[in-house]
Amino acid sequence: MTKITYREAVRAGLRAALSRDERVFLMGEDVGRYGGAYACSRGLLDEFGPERIRDTPLSESTFVGAGIGAALGGMRPIVEVMTVNFSLLALDQVVNNAATLRHMSGGQFSVPLIVRMATGGGRQLAAQHSHSLEVWYAHIPGIRVLSPATVQDAHDMLLAALDEPDPVFLFEHALLYPQEGDLDESLGPADLEHAALRHRGEHLTIVTYGGSLWKALAAADRLQAEGIGADVIDLRVLRPLDMPTVLESVARTHRALVVDEGWRTGSLAGEISAQIIEGAFYELDAPVSRLCSAEVPMPYAQQLEEAALPQVQSIVAAAKELVTHG
Amino acid sequence: MSHAIAQPPPELTREHALALLRDMLLVRRFEEKTVELYSAGKIRGFLHLYIGEEAVAAGAMRALSPDDRIVATYREHGQALLRGISAGAVMAEMFGRANGCSRGRGGSMHLFDAARRFYGGYAIVGGGLPVAVGLALADRLLQRSCITACFFGDGAVAEGEFHESLNLAALWSLPVLFLCENNYYAMGTALERHQAEPDIALKAAAYRMRSEVVDGMDVLAVEEATRRAARQVRESHSPVLLELRTYRFRAHSMYDPDLYRSKEEIERWRQRCPIKKFVERLREWDWLTDASYAELEAEIGGVVQRAVAEAEAGPLEPVADLLTDTCTPRDRPHDVPVAPQRASPP
Repeated sequence: MTKITYREAVRAGLRAALSRDERVFLMGEDVGRYGGAYACSRGLLDEFGPERIRDTPLSESTFVGAGIGAALGGMRPIVEVMTVNFSLLALDQVVNNAATLRHMSGGQFSVPLIVRMATGGGRQLAAQHSHSLEVWYAHIPGIRVLSPATVQDAHDMLLAALDEPDPVFLFEHALLYPQEGDLDESLGPADLEHAALRHRGEHLTIVTYGGSLWKALAAADRLQAEGIGADVIDLRVLRPLDMPTVLESVARTHRALVVDEGWRTGSLAGEISAQIIEGAFYELDAPVSRLCSAEVPMPYAQQLEEAALPQVQSIVAAAKELVTHG
Repeated sequence: MSHAIAQPPPELTREHALALLRDMLLVRRFEEKTVELYSAGKIRGFLHLYIGEEAVAAGAMRALSPDDRIVATYREHGQALLRGISAGAVMAEMFGRANGCSRGRGGSMHLFDAARRFYGGYAIVGGGLPVAVGLALADRLLQRSCITACFFGDGAVAEGEFHESLNLAALWSLPVLFLCENNYYAMGTALERHQAEPDIALKAAAYRMRSEVVDGMDVLAVEEATRRAARQVRESHSPVLLELRTYRFRAHSMYDPDLYRSKEEIERWRQRCPIKKFVERLREWDWLTDASYAELEAEIGGVVQRAVAEAEAGPLEPVADLLTDTCTPRDRPHDVPVAPQRASPP
């Protein structure tokens, strides 16, 4: 067991993937000489050479599409798109090619492609570098969407994704990169099917993922100090959703709060709420509650950005409201 | 534009010339039948006809090796048939039957065949180019000798992916043969109305890529140019662009009233029909008699007729299988070739 940062865990995962399988290569903007915009691939160019650590031009659509082609051609590409905001330039390749080729070809082709990207706000990067659009990806049949929130998952989910026959999209919350945690490299392949219960409590269930997990856990600690017990569920897999784990928890706590950095309208929180209502309506003692980002392009000013995002304080408040008045 | 010559080119055999004629006729007659079947409601969705452009697929496919990979567009019946996907499998696909080459999941615009290295028809204009670049990247990394032939139309030239893909293929020295089928219309918008520089071949220079303009109505010219370009790609390990100038005689799709071009223009191009002109040359060379032409037509008529019968008889996939192949079944290993062992990266 070693204590390392999330960034180092991603790097260790990349290194393990590249060492394990000759077909694996990494490509993306500034992944080589620069070392990765978030330094996840620093040192890998020296270690694995320019054929396997490939700096690309700023051509998101084409290098994601080339990842699809390389996967069809027998390679195991890992594509880094710097952030989810830039990935919109490649959405056509994702939606119309990566996700459809297997079905459209009547099962003749699979696309074993991994795409990683940073997501999320909280660093005063304003409206073009701060969004959480995971739900757009989670909407698409034919792909798997992962959101590793822990150091262990950052490492293990990437490696497990290598064994997936279909496209896998990994969302790494940018605020997590410097965060430290324990990594046990002996644990073996990560489970890519299930959510994880990260904190136990009996009064409500907080469902969240990615960067918001740590805010939810901090909120759970504060709530506990006030005598309110919260289950905190880390979704981990955003498509396909592991609803049985959520519903099992809600059946015990009878209250659910969904925390999501995406905008409220059309959010993943909305989907989860709907599924809780469909699957556990008669277990609920209160309406499902959602805490999402304010419906505004992310502002630059610190106090405004803080107000736009779910925070520990607002999670605590929403949880108390749900438990006492809901 | 090539002029008929009294003598056939020295390297051309009668047998090969007749094979090229047969290829073009097969596509023509197959598509004419699909028009009938479309009107009869047997084929639905979009149907983009290749009629007029047959010399491009016929010449190009003869020049590529069976190991090469093909990426095509939504107007790909010709490429699919001439790559060797059976007329029955293509027709069944257009009927939406389970014996179609994409199991009825793709239809006319999405023909696939793994065994023939046919990586599909792509119906988002320009969307196939990055995929072709990636296939070529895999071949380069795995040190294979095949190339990827990527068909696209003049409309795709306006897409960012055209420029990104040419740049990346040239920058990384990838074995892609870009085959631009310039039929002068992006759906209904004429080339000079969508390109500030309508000379498409010229654009390759911006990426230091070799390119050539080819008479796409002349099957021999297409075959010769493709063979030469494919050899260049294979030997130089870098991409080449061919601009094949051609024309579609029919509307963009069955929904298109064809209001944007004149009857005179269409008629002028019809005079250059690749089949008609080639037949004239074969006759001049005394390689084709009325009897042998009639025999060829009869043979192709039979192929098309059997294809329709195969499609008619094809099973419908049960609705219970609706979600099949959305994801790869986890209990079945997926088909990915294993990389050769290498001591170190090249």
